Amino acid sequence: MYAQMVKSTGKGLIARDEMTAEDRTFQDRIDAGEKIEPKDYMPDGYRRNLIRQIGQHAHSEIVGQLPEGNWITRAPTLERKANLLAKVQDEAGHGLYLYCAAETLGVSRDELFKMLHSGEMKYSSIFNYPTLTWADMGAVGWLVDGAAIMNQVPLQRTSYGPYARAMVRICKEESFHQRQGFHIMMAMVNGTADQKRMAQDALNRFWYPALMMFGPSDKDSVHSAQSMAWKIKMNTNDELRQKFVGETVPQAQYLGLTIPDENLKWNDDTGHYDFTEPDWDEFFHVISGSGPCNTDRLNARRKAWDDGAWVREAMMAHAEKKAQRRVAAE
Amino acid sequence: MNHLFEFLLRQGDNVLVLGHRTSEWCGVAPALEEDIALANTALDLIGQTQLWLGYAAEVEGAGRSANDLAYQRDVYDFRNLLMLEVPNDDFGRTLMRQFLFDAFQVPWLTALLQSDDQQVADIAAKSLKEALYHLDRSSETVIMLGDGTEHSNARMQAALNYLFPYAGEMFADDATDIAMDDSGVAPLPSAMRAAWTQTVEKVLGEACLTLPDTAFAHSGGRTGFRHTEHLGHMLATMQTLQRSYPGATW
Repeated sequence: MYAQMVKSTGKGLIARDEMTAEDRTFQDRIDAGEKIEPKDYMPDGYRRNLIRQIGQHAHSEIVGQLPEGNWITRAPTLERKANLLAKVQDEAGHGLYLYCAAETLGVSRDELFKMLHSGEMKYSSIFNYPTLTWADMGAVGWLVDGAAIMNQVPLQRTSYGPYARAMVRICKEESFHQRQGFHIMMAMVNGTADQKRMAQDALNRFWYPALMMFGPSDKDSVHSAQSMAWKIKMNTNDELRQKFVGETVPQAQYLGLTIPDENLKWNDDTGHYDFTEPDWDEFFHVISGSGPCNTDRLNARRKAWDDGAWVREAMMAHAEKKAQRRVAAE
Repeated sequence: MNHLFEFLLRQGDNVLVLGHRTSEWCGVAPALEEDIALANTALDLIGQTQLWLGYAAEVEGAGRSANDLAYQRDVYDFRNLLMLEVPNDDFGRTLMRQFLFDAFQVPWLTALLQSDDQQVADIAAKSLKEALYHLDRSSETVIMLGDGTEHSNARMQAALNYLFPYAGEMFADDATDIAMDDSGVAPLPSAMRAAWTQTVEKVLGEACLTLPDTAFAHSGGRTGFRHTEHLGHMLATMQTLQRSYPGATW
């Protein structure tokens, strides 16, 4: 999931009798499955919550370019290089749709960037882990895009129209990315002993961070109830995590890789796998800025923004000159 | 010397090396739209590489593939223009280089459509569509940045001053070019100079930039005689997996 711990109202679920008449009508529209469009009435809390969630999702896409961009110049074949380039380009495109969706709520891309750079807004914890070998390009595609899809497919039905529509296109591309990642893993596990070792090592390092992508356990997730009532969030964190484990375990078995969890076993009674929860202390550290790559990732984004300032200024200045020349010519 | 092989390596290495440099921008461009555009350009160039080096490998007939040529040759076997291997530096130099190259590629690939070698003509046809679009974009960007602020104008002028002495290598005919001309595969690169100069003067004029007053041209890239120090570092990065794990399939 690319949005974790998005604060909603900061309180629990708003009860119906605490709502204004307008808010009740709004909630009725949501309950009836109607889409909310930019010019429609929406409670401030809904708008703020969506800006945080879509913004965090957008930031995750563009910060997410960095760990994979890290391997574009070292991709092992021309085909792999082209595929990875296309994938990272798609992510930039997802960022673009999502910033546009956020703009419909009255916040500009520049404002959102400012909040990312100041640390006021977050991005997914997963991108604060390093990509160390080529197998990580496989693991990221397979597990990280896999986990993202798990969350984003239901978001195609989210209540906010522009977000839901952006998600339709994003999901199509994400499933392609996941297949691409799995394909890299296949080549690795069918390769030399070194390659198999790289593949297992990548799974060992990315398994728990991937599980963390769904956010904290439901019992610690204070923001979920309101988001679910607003259909901004469609499933609970634990539901999605369980679904992800259920789909991923057979894939790992197919690859001949071992999930790094001694407690992982099928439970006939629940019809699900039992598994070890990720280290939530680590998660909270990463989300609050102390993950392995937080500082480097944010510095890379800030540097790109600062280094590019002269280009953006020049483009604006040129556009103004051109407009002035056009006026003068008329 | 197999002149056709040599000629194809020059075409393939140009787009490989420029594609690689362009791909270095991924995730750190000045704006999201530029990030996407640069990745797109890099993708086109890597796609063209597969075609040129694929055909080169076939012509060589030594059992090597396009990937072998890209990942298993060392500096002295590369045949790209020096201009394409120098570091990106800033966005201005990256786009100025792209423009100087695109302004050559468009008339060049247009001429190659008439090649007596059908595969060369086919690859040129596919590449030309992309090159036309690249030239549109790089011209526009060079104009925007040259005619932007005082600061951006100075940066673009510095980029042009740095790159211009490398541009002349594009037109330096040698034995391979003469052999290609004689056999109807390709015209002489020097025959592109007039068209190139016309495009460059027009765009740089609109960009409020001044062509450096020098006829000096570095050489040694397209012959492989003497590359810059930068290419070795690029190859060390690009070829690391193929070199570190010989025989592995990725």
